Amino acid sequence: MALIKQNKQIAKNIFLMDVSYDGKIFPGQFFMLRAWDVDPLLPRPISVHDYHDGAVSFLYQVVGKGTRILSELEAGDDVSLVGPLGNGFPDVPGDIVLVGGGIGTAPLYYLLRGHKAKYPDSHVRVYLGFSDESYGDERFSELADDVIVDIGGFITDKVEVKARDTVLACGPDVMLRALSQVVPKENPLYLSLEARMACGLGVCLGCNIETPEGNRKVCKDGPVFRREELGL
Amino acid sequence: MSTRLHTTFAGIDFKNPVVTASGTFGFGREYERFYPLEKLGGLCTKGLTLNPHTGNGGIRLWETPAGLMNSIGLENPGIDAFLRDEWPHLSALDTVTVVNVGGHSEADYLKAVEKLNPYPVALIELNISCPNVAAGGMALGVDPDLAHDITQKVTAISEHPVMVKLTPNAGDVAAVAQACEAGGAAALSLINTVSAMAVDVKRKRIVFDRTYAGLSGPAVKPIALRMTHQVIHAVDIPVMALGGIMTWEDALEFIMIGAACVQVGTAGLVDPMAALKIIDGLEAYCERENLDHIDDVRGIL
Repeated sequence: MALIKQNKQIAKNIFLMDVSYDGKIFPGQFFMLRAWDVDPLLPRPISVHDYHDGAVSFLYQVVGKGTRILSELEAGDDVSLVGPLGNGFPDVPGDIVLVGGGIGTAPLYYLLRGHKAKYPDSHVRVYLGFSDESYGDERFSELADDVIVDIGGFITDKVEVKARDTVLACGPDVMLRALSQVVPKENPLYLSLEARMACGLGVCLGCNIETPEGNRKVCKDGPVFRREELGL
Repeated sequence: MSTRLHTTFAGIDFKNPVVTASGTFGFGREYERFYPLEKLGGLCTKGLTLNPHTGNGGIRLWETPAGLMNSIGLENPGIDAFLRDEWPHLSALDTVTVVNVGGHSEADYLKAVEKLNPYPVALIELNISCPNVAAGGMALGVDPDLAHDITQKVTAISEHPVMVKLTPNAGDVAAVAQACEAGGAAALSLINTVSAMAVDVKRKRIVFDRTYAGLSGPAVKPIALRMTHQVIHAVDIPVMALGGIMTWEDALEFIMIGAACVQVGTAGLVDPMAALKIIDGLEAYCERENLDHIDDVRGIL
């Protein structure tokens, strides 16, 4: 069990939770969170939004019973954490473009902060798309060279990629597919997928996806995949 | 850890009666970051078939109140890849590896079991109860005559003892159990998942591509307990019980009605430490109740 330090609403159905944790976490990894008995049965996979020594932050959207219970927890309550899980984003020296859609923007912040700390001279452009209300974009603006926000449209329509850029993205499948059409094949493109999961560990095979190279486990082989692995 | 939980099952020594269930534990590696596998009484491998299978398409998981529905469809690397990539690691462990074998035809079952003959496998778990494949699987497990036939053929060629995994979807589970015993099974395990269905009203769709899927978790435990009770009273071979066991108290319910061992499945997906907590809980229970051995409460009901 881990201690909740803070849990607050920052937008409609969007919450930010800080939980005590010490250990190494790579950007793009996730934890399985749980704070209930057997209904719902499964823990919920939530990506790491930020991490400082002693506390991991989760930015999450209330979409069902599990996340609603999480949203009702308070500082001082316990939550069960299993993780960090998954492969995370690669460490890419140089210029990067980050593209996030909705709650898929959450893991990009920790990625951005780590990247700027390690490669301060690199140029980072961030595209954030939301359906009806933006959140968290001001934190990106503190660190990134450019932040482009879209509300209600298609963020992928705005994305421009330069020859040197590596593109890293997280969001709904439809956004990731559209992005793969926009990003030239010459640019490395990494996509973090969302999936229905049970274990998060790679044993139940419930989150497997078909790829040109055979089935892959989103939880363990991903959630971050190169476009070539997905045939995109 | 004392020897109070030590259990002899079908002539095989288990350091405790807690075994992780097939399909919820991979080949064990993923759990090694949480605890040493040697703490377990045993582990059942992911269901293996003669040839590799990619499993089912579409949605594979659906949560229900206190339950989980799955339609994985026996995705597995095939028996040869298992023997090459996983068996050396598992066989070196001081815990019982139960190799779960599934099939899509009688010939598949027999060839897969034959391939295991040269290896020192402690126990084969014969899956005639998977609800998520078109042929083989559960079709054999719902009919006593078919169950008898496949069990007899498999035990005739297997060098290893065979535990048949039963489905709760049989009309008369006790009759299937007796048929497997008559066919030469050394033990039985039950229950596999309960055939079930889900509808997504938002999308106006049946959730699973194969329409029906298998329900597991605490929701099915009372059914599993009743069927285990029926089977234990119908056969003389030992029973390894499973179905919704989440806690040591759940495990004890099955042990008190006579299960020799228990399997922990869905609980391990929910909490990776579940099997270990159940072992520790049973040990602490024996300590508290001043039991010399867990056998003191086994089959008392």
